[in-house]
Amino acid sequence: MKAKPLLINDVSVSFGPVAVFGNFSLEIALGEFVAVVGPSGCGKTTLLNLFSGFLKPSRGSVVCSGRVRMIHQDGGLLPWQTAAQNIALGLRDLSNEAERKRQLNEMLRLINLEEFAEHYPHQLSGGMRQRVELARALAGNSDILLLDEPFSSLDYLTALRLRQELARMLEELPRTVVLVTHDIEEAAQLADRILVLSDRPARICRELRISLRRPRELTHPQVVEAVHSVLAEFGLEQDKVGV
Amino acid sequence: MTDKPLTKSSLLLPLIVLFAAIAIWSALWLLKVFPESVFPSPIAVAKGIGEEIRTGRLLNDFVASLFRVTTGFMVAVILGVPVGLWLGNHVRARLALLPGVNFFRSLSPLAWIPFAILWFGIGDLPAIFLIFMACFFPIVLATLAAVAGIPSVYFRVARDYRFSSLELLTKVTLPAIAPQVITSLRVTAGLAWLVVVAAEMIAGRDGLGFAIWDARNGLRMDLLVAGMIVIGVIGMVIDRLLMRLTKIRSVKWGYES
Repeated sequence: MKAKPLLINDVSVSFGPVAVFGNFSLEIALGEFVAVVGPSGCGKTTLLNLFSGFLKPSRGSVVCSGRVRMIHQDGGLLPWQTAAQNIALGLRDLSNEAERKRQLNEMLRLINLEEFAEHYPHQLSGGMRQRVELARALAGNSDILLLDEPFSSLDYLTALRLRQELARMLEELPRTVVLVTHDIEEAAQLADRILVLSDRPARICRELRISLRRPRELTHPQVVEAVHSVLAEFGLEQDKVGV
Repeated sequence: MTDKPLTKSSLLLPLIVLFAAIAIWSALWLLKVFPESVFPSPIAVAKGIGEEIRTGRLLNDFVASLFRVTTGFMVAVILGVPVGLWLGNHVRARLALLPGVNFFRSLSPLAWIPFAILWFGIGDLPAIFLIFMACFFPIVLATLAAVAGIPSVYFRVARDYRFSSLELLTKVTLPAIAPQVITSLRVTAGLAWLVVVAAEMIAGRDGLGFAIWDARNGLRMDLLVAGMIVIGVIGMVIDRLLMRLTKIRSVKWGYES
């Protein structure tokens, strides 16, 4: 593994006349958790699509070394497969049948859904579905996790719980993570680094580092401070002088 | 759960309606609303069904009709689903052929009866041809619409998990379209059963449609109604059987969410 598994170098992306990125650069270090926040339509999801290789830039280069898996906003579980079958997709590359079985059970235990292994996605709650999707993405030998507003369709308390769960899972299965979200709290509670994007064409207008162990409490002063800084950047709170 | 009493009343309520319908039928017959020669009594019809069973004609006609429906329908499925898959995946082919598919779908299959007889004579082939014409185009359209409507996120997931192109077909496309295709199979199987009766009336020497026509020519209204009842019941049974497909665990998501 390289020390910088994700690199965007001087990239430009346009959709017709709309320039989403112009000469945009970004480096993400191995094992780093980066959250990207910004106004809607500013190109957050485009950034993930660049990393996943789904989108090619009009100019510049994107390096993505490692196995990438993405978690989609609207849910990407295959509805015709059970929770266990969906998670098993993440273990496809393991050739040893017994090992696959062992890791599948391990993942089910990790997300606390052993009893729901044979349930289909439509028989699970929204929170359970997202946990299955996280397990699928983290199963096996993936390196990079791209999260596109993974918890935005969940109710507040479930989303809070899933944040804790994601932090716990990453403890056991460390990955390089890029989280795109409109939820500033979520970013502050999870990320090592928060990037605040501007309106189109997007540039990084603020970068915040939070060196606090996960899982973090939502009301921890450093988390609250980060939320404040981002809100101030959007002009939604007054910047405190001298902080 | 209120499952049990519901199953009970789902049997009982239709039975009550059935008995009520027979009662009204008997009343109309007793009151001689229509002349007896064109309005048979329930008892005469029951006897007619018995007679048809005893002489073996019913079984013979049933097998003939079922053979035609099954063959025409299966050929339409075997050709229609792949054509729908192909059109669903190829935009230019879709642009070129969709108006044609819509044209033939809107054209009543019965309009083909003259050609069916001229090309295929009398017997199994014209009926099979007409059933095929009735089923093929709706199946193509339903498959095409289902394929075009598969959310792209499933293909992105397949890419993340490195599906081969064969797996894209067998593990994404086919399961994703299964619920919609099964629904269209139920509709078209019903259509096939409608068409076979009309086809046999004109281009048959046996089959349930021919039996009705023959009864009419012989002024045997009891046998005519007997034929109608048998046709209706078999149509219901076919639909029931196809409905079983919707109970398969891996396609249930398409009907419940």
